Amino acid sequence: MEKELRSPVSQRPQEIRKYDSNSGIGAEVTIELNGEKLKVPMGKSILEICRENNIHIPTLCYHEDLCIAGNCRMCLVEIEGMRTLQTACSYPVTTPVKIKTFSNKVRKARRHVIDLLLSEHYGECYSCIRNNNCELQTLAREYGVDSYEFGHVCEPRFEIDNSSAAVIRDMDKCILCRRCVRTCIDLQEVGVLEAVNRGYDTKISTFLDKPLADVICINCGQCINRCPTAALHANDPSDLVWKAIEDPSKHVVLQTAPSPRAAMGEEFGLPAGLSMTGQLNTAVKRIGFDKVFDTNFSADLTIMEEGTELLNRLKKALVDKDDSVKLPQFTSCSPGWVKFIEHFYPEYLDYLSTAKSPQQMFGAIIKTFYAQEENIDPANIVTVALMPCAAKKFECNRPEMNSSGFKDVDYGLTTREMAKMIREAGLVLPDLPKSGFDDPFGEASGAGLIFGSTGGVMEAALRTVYELVTGRPVPFSNLNIDACRGVKGIKEASIKLENCKEDFSFLEGVDLKFIVAHGTANAKVVMEMLIKGELKDYHFIEIMACPGGCIGGGGQPIPTSEAIRKLRAKAIYAEEANLPVRKSHENPKIKYIYDKFLTDGPCGKLSHKLLHTKYIKRGKYIN
Amino acid sequence: MKNNFVKINRTGPVLFSDYKENSALKKAVRMSRNDILFELRESGLKGRGGAGFPVSTKWMLTAATNADKKYLICNADEGEPGTFKDRVLLTEYPELVLEGMIIAGYTIGAQEGIIYLRAEYSYLIEFIQSKIDEMHKSNLLGKSICGNKDFEFEIKIFPGSGAYVCGEETALIESMEGNRGEPRNRPPFPVNTGYLGYPTVVNNVETLAAIPHIINNGGEWYHKFGTDKSTGSKLFSISGDCKNPGVYELPWGITIKDLLEIAGAEDTKAVQVGGASGICLPESQFSKKVSYEEISTGGSVMIFNKDRNMLKVLKNFMEFFVEESCGQCTPCRIGNVKLLEGIEMIEKNEYSMEYINKLKELGETMKVASKCGLGQSSPNPFISILDNFKDEIFTKN
Repeated sequence: MEKELRSPVSQRPQEIRKYDSNSGIGAEVTIELNGEKLKVPMGKSILEICRENNIHIPTLCYHEDLCIAGNCRMCLVEIEGMRTLQTACSYPVTTPVKIKTFSNKVRKARRHVIDLLLSEHYGECYSCIRNNNCELQTLAREYGVDSYEFGHVCEPRFEIDNSSAAVIRDMDKCILCRRCVRTCIDLQEVGVLEAVNRGYDTKISTFLDKPLADVICINCGQCINRCPTAALHANDPSDLVWKAIEDPSKHVVLQTAPSPRAAMGEEFGLPAGLSMTGQLNTAVKRIGFDKVFDTNFSADLTIMEEGTELLNRLKKALVDKDDSVKLPQFTSCSPGWVKFIEHFYPEYLDYLSTAKSPQQMFGAIIKTFYAQEENIDPANIVTVALMPCAAKKFECNRPEMNSSGFKDVDYGLTTREMAKMIREAGLVLPDLPKSGFDDPFGEASGAGLIFGSTGGVMEAALRTVYELVTGRPVPFSNLNIDACRGVKGIKEASIKLENCKEDFSFLEGVDLKFIVAHGTANAKVVMEMLIKGELKDYHFIEIMACPGGCIGGGGQPIPTSEAIRKLRAKAIYAEEANLPVRKSHENPKIKYIYDKFLTDGPCGKLSHKLLHTKYIKRGKYIN
Repeated sequence: MKNNFVKINRTGPVLFSDYKENSALKKAVRMSRNDILFELRESGLKGRGGAGFPVSTKWMLTAATNADKKYLICNADEGEPGTFKDRVLLTEYPELVLEGMIIAGYTIGAQEGIIYLRAEYSYLIEFIQSKIDEMHKSNLLGKSICGNKDFEFEIKIFPGSGAYVCGEETALIESMEGNRGEPRNRPPFPVNTGYLGYPTVVNNVETLAAIPHIINNGGEWYHKFGTDKSTGSKLFSISGDCKNPGVYELPWGITIKDLLEIAGAEDTKAVQVGGASGICLPESQFSKKVSYEEISTGGSVMIFNKDRNMLKVLKNFMEFFVEESCGQCTPCRIGNVKLLEGIEMIEKNEYSMEYINKLKELGETMKVASKCGLGQSSPNPFISILDNFKDEIFTKN
């Protein structure tokens, strides 16, 4: 059930016959790279060969997550005997070619490409959100650009589209590399962005050039992570957050999700895969947040609610023989995925768990239970969420997200925006001492922590559901459910429920089947299976909109790649393994909140009011 | 089919020579594929669209590939300014083109041939379709063609939508697949991964029209015409300042001077060979020969007499390229605009030679850095006109 290659023929790499061994005749080809003889596997691209041999080839339209475009013409190299230069990204080596990567012709052509792009690129680097993290700027520096050889646009030509709560489009910065187009269509299979018009008039557009808020954008922000310039960036509310912090009448509470903590170091020059949780706590307190809580707490809460909802659905289906119950149950913590299903499969919304995402649950709890306990007027509480996500900005602005009587979450900040705030405050994150989270929501289980990686919600839910049903921990060494982990697009496994507790005797012998998918392209595959009736004996499906799950979210540090995402996931799993509590239901604060506040238990009346939500049948046709 | 321009001198050594309808097809389906490829190699026939790739190699590569399906596409997206020879072939010699397609399909192992017809030629659809229907009735199309049980072939017409760049074979295929008409990366080449991912041969109308004659008379016969490296004959679309504009079939290797004489051109200042993307020759170079080795062309010859303003000619060409660039790759999308801006600077007498030379260098980069033939050849008129007519263009300074 792995996703079929959907990219247009033009963007697929050439299919080269694969050989079983590396030594067989024809498996390798000897080439000359800048005068050096090399044996390389048949069919490997020049770019890959160069990277493996520490030769830097400049690229712009190339992104390792995306199919090949070959349109920016930055990665040109010279091949002896060929009239034209060739793009290293798209050229597979199949013959004993002689390649020069920095001949005069090559350097001149690359410089010309940069000059031409700069001539069309509006704005100055110092007034740009991507200053110091812009691929065009980097190339200009690498090639010693010190003047605009072919002029420079001095007036903006496009209106900035800031209609979306999540993604802002500034087409004056666009260099038409079309990474966003390939991200949206091929990687995520949403298809909001496409090149329109021809030649010099080419531009990236939404359907009928409508504002992004009015099209079927799911706000995943993956286009932002792959934009080489600042043409796409997140809608940044940090000025409003500063304002709240500086307002003495406001009690500003921050919740931090696990994924930003695993990636924040990258914003401060550290290699990927170093968790910064403790330092971040110190930083945000110094900035002036009144409290910092761990979103993992509400992730545990989500597991309790979503897990109970699953058991309720199973009971209704198996015991009450209620045909209207929808199974399998789909997770609902990824707001990108929620908007995706609302647009693309509105008739299947009943399969979605009604549980809110951890971010929104936390907001509702802070403005009710926490306000009550601390005796603070919820009207004066400002809740801020540090998320790896662009879609969380949209989610917290959904009009129905006000069950506390107030806007549950006031502002969503991305990892990048929080890093900016920390820099503005003059703090060097890696140098700060570590500190803990604040009470009463300072404790969280490891189950909540692994929400950050694809498969994490499933693993956390299974740990709790299995134990609730059987009274025993999940039968995996060290509680690690490996079937849920890893970067495979769609993962599938099952756990047999045996010797169930009396309350759950109806589940005796049931093989609990589940699927984990990440990236909406894979979600689509799963949905098509559902429509075809192939998921009848499945029970629980986890879907995350972003490739890699939250660690690859649209609010995470730029750049992104599979290698970077793997390192971030590794950091999360490593941190989790050492935590004292690793099951949501064993989190003492969870027990506390169900004892003190949500007294009618998970999926009870109050839970339903505060922690569950409804969805909107949006469809694909928009007025 | 009635043609809307005067029929002049419709005689020639190959295409305009006598031909008995269907004779080549009937002969071909009884030949082995190898024998056809052999004759084709002997003939030395090269692609007539302008790039000049050896036809036998293209066919051989496709014939040798194993695939469930293969396609043969006749590129009738004749969009190069100043070229109108394919229209003459399609209106006056459609059977040559269709038979050439069927023979090509037989040789490479394709079951389907598609005519990609220029949007402006859509008035021809009915006429060509009626020819296809006739051939069906005569068992020259469909199943068991001419009694060969192993060979079936169908021909369809695909109307283009009017983009010049879709004459580039991979952009043509993209547009047929329903995508934006933008060129693909090469490799992979269409012979390997073409229409819908299947091996595909894309041949020009004129190339296919030559096939029946080669089958009937043999490769050796064809090789006798033209020069050593440019064998056979070529259709020339002659236009501009001359008494006898039109389509002529002439052997390769003819000099510009002789072409001008045939066309009845007087007081000629410049000849643009190869359409807008070709090069512009001044009088001093009229003794050059038209051939793949000297002055290559897809057939267009535009004649400009002494009254013409060469800067205006150049501006017209560059405006065309700015309009028709697909916008995908940087050098072509922005480069052409910069070249046009340079021309406007000269027009207004607001230029420095330093900047103009910089633009010429940019043109040289575009030739090697653009993704497809459009951007690779659009600097040709810019460089050749500014070089060859500098006295006329830069006198004001």
